[in-house]
Amino acid sequence: MMAVARRLVGDEALAQDCVQNAFADVFRGLDGFEERSRLSTWMHRIVVNQGLMALRKQKRLQEISIDDLLPAFDQNRCRIEEQWISAETPESLMQRDQTKDVVLSKIASLPENYRIVLLLRDIEEMSTSDVAQTLQISESNVKVRLHRARSALKMLLEPLLRGETS
Amino acid sequence: MKTPMQKMMRRIHGLLFKLPLMITCDEFEGFILAYLEDDLPPRQKFVFETHLKVCRECRDYLAAYRTSLELARASYRDDPAAPDDMPEDLVKAIVAARKADG
Repeated sequence: MMAVARRLVGDEALAQDCVQNAFADVFRGLDGFEERSRLSTWMHRIVVNQGLMALRKQKRLQEISIDDLLPAFDQNRCRIEEQWISAETPESLMQRDQTKDVVLSKIASLPENYRIVLLLRDIEEMSTSDVAQTLQISESNVKVRLHRARSALKMLLEPLLRGETS
Repeated sequence: MKTPMQKMMRRIHGLLFKLPLMITCDEFEGFILAYLEDDLPPRQKFVFETHLKVCRECRDYLAAYRTSLELARASYRDDPAAPDDMPEDLVKAIVAARKADG
């Protein structure tokens, strides 16, 4: 539960508060737990909800606009994309000391509405319908946000992928 | 800055993508998520993969998109603090004990 909270809020003290509140919710709600889903799935959702509540209260620092990070097309509706010379694999990139820190900091800089969907779908591996239910948005909205978040992350990671950073 | 040859090639691509069973790059963009989740019907999948074969830009883009996604997953997967799944038996025992206590 601590790892889930830490991934969502990105701050140790805040994550501890989330877990504490989540356990309080778990004990309050145990009698009503109907065992239709795995208990761990239910608890996972509770800690995710606590993380989301904490994020809503937290004032975010400067965020990049998602529009600046989306792919570009010309008047022929053709993609504008510089040619990729090197094609390093994720495995070789992960062996570099800085890679993980760069990736985590770029994810942290994504606009919150997009970052949360990326974390819930791609990292926490929740289904599209579960994410939609948790965030109280439609499934198609989850898909749009997920694709934009991934596209923006790709753009932010380009210097790393192209070997332009240490 | 594009050379005249590159500009002409882009115009040819733009025309090529208007042929039957072809899609433009911005239409391709809208199918990426469904393609990666294997959610495209066979005909749309064929159209998507045909575009991929003829468009260097979209091929490069999709490869980088996949790599960055894999890096994101790997960065969290390597988190030493991330615990394994919670033991369901243990949790059930705690629930049963609490319910028995009333």
